[in-house]
Amino acid sequence: MPTLNHYLVLSAILFATGTAGVFLRRNLITILLSIEIMLNAVNLTFVAFGRALGTVDGQIIVFFVMTVAAAEAAVGLAIVIGLFRHRESLNPDSFTTLRW
Amino acid sequence: MMLFYLFGAVAVGASLLVIAQRNPVYSVLLLILAFGALSGLYVLLDAPFVAVIQIIVYAGAIMVLFLFVVMLLNAPHEDTEQDLHATGGNARQRAGAGVRHFGAFLAVALIVELSWALLKNGGESGAFPGGSVSSVAAIGRSLFSDYAFQFEVTSVLILVAMVGAVVLARRERTTK
Repeated sequence: MPTLNHYLVLSAILFATGTAGVFLRRNLITILLSIEIMLNAVNLTFVAFGRALGTVDGQIIVFFVMTVAAAEAAVGLAIVIGLFRHRESLNPDSFTTLRW
Repeated sequence: MMLFYLFGAVAVGASLLVIAQRNPVYSVLLLILAFGALSGLYVLLDAPFVAVIQIIVYAGAIMVLFLFVVMLLNAPHEDTEQDLHATGGNARQRAGAGVRHFGAFLAVALIVELSWALLKNGGESGAFPGGSVSSVAAIGRSLFSDYAFQFEVTSVLILVAMVGAVVLARRERTTK
């Protein structure tokens, strides 16, 4: 049977993958996708710890994290659409002036 | 055990390919595959509720939103280093490349640190207690009693996010 440590190592690998994506990619949509990977890695940790401790609290926190992730995706994509309209680019390096 | 390694390999492999793809449409579709594998892991962890909302909310709703935006923007392919050198880029974009190498170093350092912390005292802790506790009824009872206030705050958050997304993405009216 896989133990708690197996799940924690898997979650750490997924989280590091998401972090690498945020740093390495220069496409705003891919960066948002990498943030989703990081959120899911944390969700896996919550569920694994909830199973180890024998409570349902972990799964309830995952429910709230998913809600926040949905709100973040909606607002983030709206900002991406607004930026794309002004600059015709998705490269984050072209959005460094803090003004239009 | 076999299923754990199968789902884990699919999740990690698909996530790495999400990072490696240059076409955002393929990235989104591969991320849906990764979420499906994670849903299988939740089933292995006796969390059927989370597994189902992972499929419905994440793979079904959020990823479709991403896919819709990618296709709406007709997203251009990412510039490679060669493209930037060929077109000259601008100075700021070339300066970004140096920062990116530093970012890659930080990501590798994070992997090393996390695996060191997890493997240092691994081994003795671990086996899950027997007996599943997580029925959907128990989750619902806890969600609407202990976490009722947080649940209501979450609904306000969703409302704010919806209004904010509409305001941000609205085409500005031309004032004449």
